[in-house]
Amino acid sequence: MVGSIKDRVAIVGMGCTKFGERWDASAEDLIVEAAYEAYEDAGIDPKDINAAWVGTLWGLTGMSASKPLKLNYIPITRVENGCATGSEAIRNAAYSIAAGINDIVLAIGFEKLKDQGYSGLDLPFTASGGGLMDDAAGIAPTTTAPAMFAVMATKYFERYGLSPEEGKRMLARISYKSHKNGALNPKAHFQREITIEQAMNAPMISWPLGLFDCCGVSDGAAAAILVRADKAKDFRKDPMYLKALQISIGGENRLRDDYDYTHIEEIYQSGIAAYKEAGVTKPREEIGMAEVHDCFSITEAVFMEDLQFSPRGKVREDIESGFFDLDGGLPVQPDGGLKCFGHPIGASGIRMLYEMYTQLQGRAGKRQIKNPKLGLTSNLGGEPPGCCISTFLVGGKLG
Amino acid sequence: MVGITSYGAYIPLYRMPRIEIAKAWGIASQGKGERSVANFDEDSLTMAVGSAIDCLRGIDRSKVDGFYFATTTSPYAEKMVSTIGATALDLGRDTRTLDFTNSLRAGTGALIAAVDAVKAGSLKNILVTGSDTRMAKTQGDMEQTFGDGAAALVVGSTDVAAEIVDSVSISNEMIDVWRPSSEPYVQAWEDRFCFDVGYSKLIPEAASVLLKKHKLGPKDFARVVISGPNVRRQQGMGSALGLAPEQFKDSVLPLVGNTGTALPLMMLVEALEDAKAGDNILVLSYSNGCDAILLKVTENIEKIKNRSGIKGQLASKKDLPSYQKYLNFRGLVPKAPAARPDRNPAAAVAMWRHAKDHLALYGSKCTACGTQQYPPQRVCVKCHTKDQRERVRLSDKKLSIFTYTQDNLADCIDPPAVVGVIEFEGGGRAAFDMTDRDPSEVKVGMNVEFTFRKLYFNRGIHNYFWKIRPVR
Repeated sequence: MVGSIKDRVAIVGMGCTKFGERWDASAEDLIVEAAYEAYEDAGIDPKDINAAWVGTLWGLTGMSASKPLKLNYIPITRVENGCATGSEAIRNAAYSIAAGINDIVLAIGFEKLKDQGYSGLDLPFTASGGGLMDDAAGIAPTTTAPAMFAVMATKYFERYGLSPEEGKRMLARISYKSHKNGALNPKAHFQREITIEQAMNAPMISWPLGLFDCCGVSDGAAAAILVRADKAKDFRKDPMYLKALQISIGGENRLRDDYDYTHIEEIYQSGIAAYKEAGVTKPREEIGMAEVHDCFSITEAVFMEDLQFSPRGKVREDIESGFFDLDGGLPVQPDGGLKCFGHPIGASGIRMLYEMYTQLQGRAGKRQIKNPKLGLTSNLGGEPPGCCISTFLVGGKLG
Repeated sequence: MVGITSYGAYIPLYRMPRIEIAKAWGIASQGKGERSVANFDEDSLTMAVGSAIDCLRGIDRSKVDGFYFATTTSPYAEKMVSTIGATALDLGRDTRTLDFTNSLRAGTGALIAAVDAVKAGSLKNILVTGSDTRMAKTQGDMEQTFGDGAAALVVGSTDVAAEIVDSVSISNEMIDVWRPSSEPYVQAWEDRFCFDVGYSKLIPEAASVLLKKHKLGPKDFARVVISGPNVRRQQGMGSALGLAPEQFKDSVLPLVGNTGTALPLMMLVEALEDAKAGDNILVLSYSNGCDAILLKVTENIEKIKNRSGIKGQLASKKDLPSYQKYLNFRGLVPKAPAARPDRNPAAAVAMWRHAKDHLALYGSKCTACGTQQYPPQRVCVKCHTKDQRERVRLSDKKLSIFTYTQDNLADCIDPPAVVGVIEFEGGGRAAFDMTDRDPSEVKVGMNVEFTFRKLYFNRGIHNYFWKIRPVR
């Protein structure tokens, strides 16, 4: 039997730091900032917390959170699922409540990336290039994060007959939209609009991905207070209810020669499972907004197809018609996404929920979506093919 | 009859006209022609493996029971290198591996040692490789006259294509061309001393001993291979020996350069490419004395002419885009580091654990469902049965590019770092670094092949693996 999380857990408080190059802030500062904003938002005292899950790519045990927050002697677990780490903290926290073990749980994710001294991302784990599980012998190909995703863009262009110019333009339109949204978000790393031409002509990073096809590498933290759904109104009048928490992890597609490199099966599978869990049958119509893992522009395009927002091979039409714009049929990355809000690894999954929460409560200011209905977040860890995808659905009402 | 049963050659893809080096420094050109330039991921071992792959075409590798690697530019001062090569070539564990080093005569020395071992009956088929990437300081003669390359020969006693009839070696102590083990650059004493006292005396001496013994004269040879530091000296020696120009004709010195230990073997390969049954060939290999080797070509020579060889490798080339690339490939100028994290050093334990799979590039094939997969999997990627597998060597499979990227962010000596996701003939997919490529030529669907390269050097360890390249 596989149970459903729908309407059993609610988020009653959230916090999120400003993301970006937080030169003056340590990881500890970021954690304290996000956690105390969430406490205040939920109206709780830190000593009310029964347990916590903390997500970070680098860290050692639950002390990553207990030390800065002085959450003494309660169960705290550190989780890691690559770039989908933040979602994993939420999922574990929610299940502990659904299991009846805890009443009030903190989920917090953070990353302090800008102390590393270079742009881009260091990988503490073995980047499993070439499908190697055991790369202590050091033979993985020379890959960087953009290279891992650029291979999808190359293949997408080739498969659907897009010229490099057409393909680049489609991708540029994605980043153009996210920058437009990010410019309305005071907590975003990048708050500046760009033109499509700027994106198309930007310095090449990993062909065909240019500078504006890549997300920000940022410092930041985000936190959530989770409680039983039936107790949520004790904390606030407008809690956010979890409707689906799905995670799909693959691996063998990397080794299979029938994998197409134009989709990510784990997104598709987690989407199907999430829709089933929440009772969604027409995602394109029923979902009112989405924050997906746009680490690179091509990733967002693929998400749109795998989540069944757009038919296979047709996402370009929806991108270029503005369907995913803030005023479009299904606004995507209303907060600017990883592209502009930034990507402090462990925080991103929770940051996505933070935007859903803000929108559902009607507090998103200039970027407020009229009727956000159901919100979807989808967070990716790993590299295609062979990702860890956490797809969540959330709503402001029970039922 | 003991002799050569197969031959092969390797010349790096990149060539640089000598005049370009002269122009770069505003100095005199050391003659016409060009020199080969090993890519940044090539060294004497990788080139030796390249020549051996050419040499082993159509040969059952399980029959090879010896692998000799000759070089003056071994990647290790202490650690056997022929074991790396033998593993990469998927030779058996009972292969006798030996490194011949420190002398430009190491190549012909290894060849003579192989002949002796086969004659003695202790080994049957010995793969002999000579390879060098000698370093010269900038702006000297040697920078222009040196070249990088490798040759491979199999010495055996069945289907001999060129019998090795006899050899003579003369040892002569003098310091003419040398390199202290503590330094990367080759040095030489005054040119006139080197030639008047050494080169011009020792070669004729060794040749005359061998010819007298076999009652042969200069006219009896279809080809005489004469090693030498440059075209002028090699041609001068040919004339001095009373040979006609077509007898000592050679493409290696003018179009590849002085490839050191590999030179006499590469010249011999070219001679064998031109040879016909009944030809006599004389090899004169000079360095601290001289090896003279007498060969007689048989009708079997026609059976092994499908090698790439010197002619094939000479034709397959690209101009190095600039002299600066050469400086960069050889690490002759300090390069600003990429703003990337340091690559983790390879763990010797993991290198050992995977030595066969990595160096010989094995995949696995599921014996339950027949699916070929890379890297080898314990649980089948398709039918999920456990441990039902056999190993498959993939280094010689046909490959094509399924998708790729060209990455400017990665730490790469010759950016962009091109990574191709390839499909193996027979099934399976994996991502590999691509080398020897013109970024503008890389396309989905293009055919590529494997080439053995050095991935990087870290904490004193050279990490070798396979990359892909456009088919040569």
